[in-house]
Amino acid sequence: MKVSLFIPCYIDQFYPQVGIATLELLEKLGCEVVHPLSQTCCGQPMANSGYQHITKSIDKQNQQIFREAEYIVCPSGSCTLHLKDHVFHGESKVYELCEFLTDVLKVSEVNATFPHKVGVHQSCHGLRGLLLGKGSELVSEPFSKIGDLLDQVKNIQVCTPSKVDECCGFGGTFAVNEEAVSAKMGKDRAEEFEKLDVDYITSADMSCLMHLEGTLKRKGSKVKVIHIAEILNQSIS
Amino acid sequence: MSQPNHANLAEKLTKDTKRTDWHNNSIWWVRQNRDKAVFGIPDWENLRNTASSIKSYMLENLHDLLLEFEKNALANGVQVHWAADAKEHNEIVHGILSKRAVKKMVKSKSMLTEECGLNHYLEDQGIEVIDTDLGERIIQLRHEPPSHIVAPAIHLKREDISETFHEHLGTEKGNIDPQYLTEAARQSLRKDFLSADAALTGVNFAIADTGEFVVCTNEGNADMGAHLAPVHIACMGLEKIIPKREHLGVFLRVLARSSTGQAITTYSSHFRKPRPGQEMHIVLVDNGRSRHIQKPKFKDALKCIRCGACMNTCPVYRRSGGHSYHVTVPGPIGSILAPNADLKKNSDLPFASSLCGACSNVCPVKINIHEQLYEWRQIITQEGHSSTGKTIGMKAMNFVLSNPKVFELGGKMGRTLMRTVPSLVNNSMNPWYKSREMPEPPKESFKDWYRKNRNNE
Ligand code: SF4
Repeated sequence: MKVSLFIPCYIDQFYPQVGIATLELLEKLGCEVVHPLSQTCCGQPMANSGYQHITKSIDKQNQQIFREAEYIVCPSGSCTLHLKDHVFHGESKVYELCEFLTDVLKVSEVNATFPHKVGVHQSCHGLRGLLLGKGSELVSEPFSKIGDLLDQVKNIQVCTPSKVDECCGFGGTFAVNEEAVSAKMGKDRAEEFEKLDVDYITSADMSCLMHLEGTLKRKGSKVKVIHIAEILNQSIS
Repeated sequence: MSQPNHANLAEKLTKDTKRTDWHNNSIWWVRQNRDKAVFGIPDWENLRNTASSIKSYMLENLHDLLLEFEKNALANGVQVHWAADAKEHNEIVHGILSKRAVKKMVKSKSMLTEECGLNHYLEDQGIEVIDTDLGERIIQLRHEPPSHIVAPAIHLKREDISETFHEHLGTEKGNIDPQYLTEAARQSLRKDFLSADAALTGVNFAIADTGEFVVCTNEGNADMGAHLAPVHIACMGLEKIIPKREHLGVFLRVLARSSTGQAITTYSSHFRKPRPGQEMHIVLVDNGRSRHIQKPKFKDALKCIRCGACMNTCPVYRRSGGHSYHVTVPGPIGSILAPNADLKKNSDLPFASSLCGACSNVCPVKINIHEQLYEWRQIITQEGHSSTGKTIGMKAMNFVLSNPKVFELGGKMGRTLMRTVPSLVNNSMNPWYKSREMPEPPKESFKDWYRKNRNNE
């Protein structure tokens, strides 16, 4: 299966290890992965700030780069949602990594081991936008694509905070425009995980983890963040 | 610019961390009560769909439904008035009151009169207005605006209320027993009920095919007022109409559950016709609603039944509090209603959200609140209501991201600078850095790695 990898700008620049883990994981699962090098960003930082009208050139750039792609896979719920809704307009070929693994590859054995206590942070855009799981507000059958994948990891201890899907307060430019509230949300969220005494916080969205990481580091906390691709890519061998 | 701004107000209101935590927790408790109530109904999502489609039908057929309602209300002996805006609304109410030389009016359950600034208007004309909902009464005594549409005094602690009652109602200083305080308010309000010459209520639902209207309360004060006074005035926004009485059951089931977690409000009072000797008036208020309904992307906001659930779930509202929104209806729904009323003045509100989407998921009439927040942001920037600095920044960012070579080179230079001169970004000019560390810039970007390890170009 041929997969075109979309790596969000901030992952490319600040978290290359997440891109590497995503690529290696997909390759291990038998995909032929390409990463078109002329890509930059999905356009969401501008669009969510109200500047969707100036992102036409980026949108066109993305449409051209991925015109031939069979599957576009991206390790970030938020960017995936933006690409789906505003760039590829509901075209079904855009997938967030976890949904690609569970829905297209139908992975039932990831062959990974991760002997740590891990708290799961449900990122809002993945959860409520891409429906990677059931939002706590809805009265329906519970499910979680992230949970299904982590269940396949050996020796991992997974836990969820009591506010199962509270926002971490990142929200793109919200983090700087509404600094006070955003920072408080980050602190509160980080604290919930600290109370659970986890080694790591994981998520399908690195931007939330970047926010939580920034907050935890400032506190001098021992809790670390790790993208789910990095956990799933930890081979036993 | 002295225009009120959510971010600034929120910064002030969240300074007291303990109080912010207290506010967050007490409102989260209401969200949890809502959860308990709705999870008791396996059909809940179906009920939301039904409520939502009845309201959609209402928006599509509003003109006809309003006329039907008017006809039936008139036939019931109710006097019907139409107000184009807040000013007309206030004048109509004043007109009714002056005809009967009313000196004192009791009021219950009306966010609309708050929206229209009725209290001030009438007080200027020498008419005393007493809010009779406990929460409303508390903030009226304190000369504060409501901070929540269902629990207007939710920002206040028992100690604050005790202080206010001590000052205005002569209660014992320092006594914070809720029973004692409520009883004091009740006794004082009882006198007002008995001496008022008119009662004003809001309307939760107005039924087109019967011409009746329904007011939902927990305190029974709407009934008390309306049953004692010789004049009953009910004020409603145009969108409160529902087509048939049989639809009411759907809304009564979702309203209280979403709102407080009760199965139904203690009182669902139906008003159909005046009792002998009583005057009953209905004032139908537009005040921007007919303008709002013409905006296809935004008109669904008019489906709102004012349950407050979107506020209770909102992680921003729970921390920043209702007063940070500087409008009558705060929180997520307020932030998509207010731009219709005044885009420039309220251009900050659609940005007071992380777009987490929890609001849309709890909304019993399924308003796509977070999508509308996004759409208002687009309108606000296109109409030039965002700062020049922000526009320049966004354009620069867009330029970099539209040019892959500039992006790569810029990224590399940026990371190198961050590594070698960290103080360039780690300073007080950077709002991120105020309470969060910046990510550590790696030597190699993902693209660098890819070129080296999977070179296929
Ligand atoms: S928008 Fe929905 S959730 Fe918010 S107050 Fe209105 S009806 Fe309730």
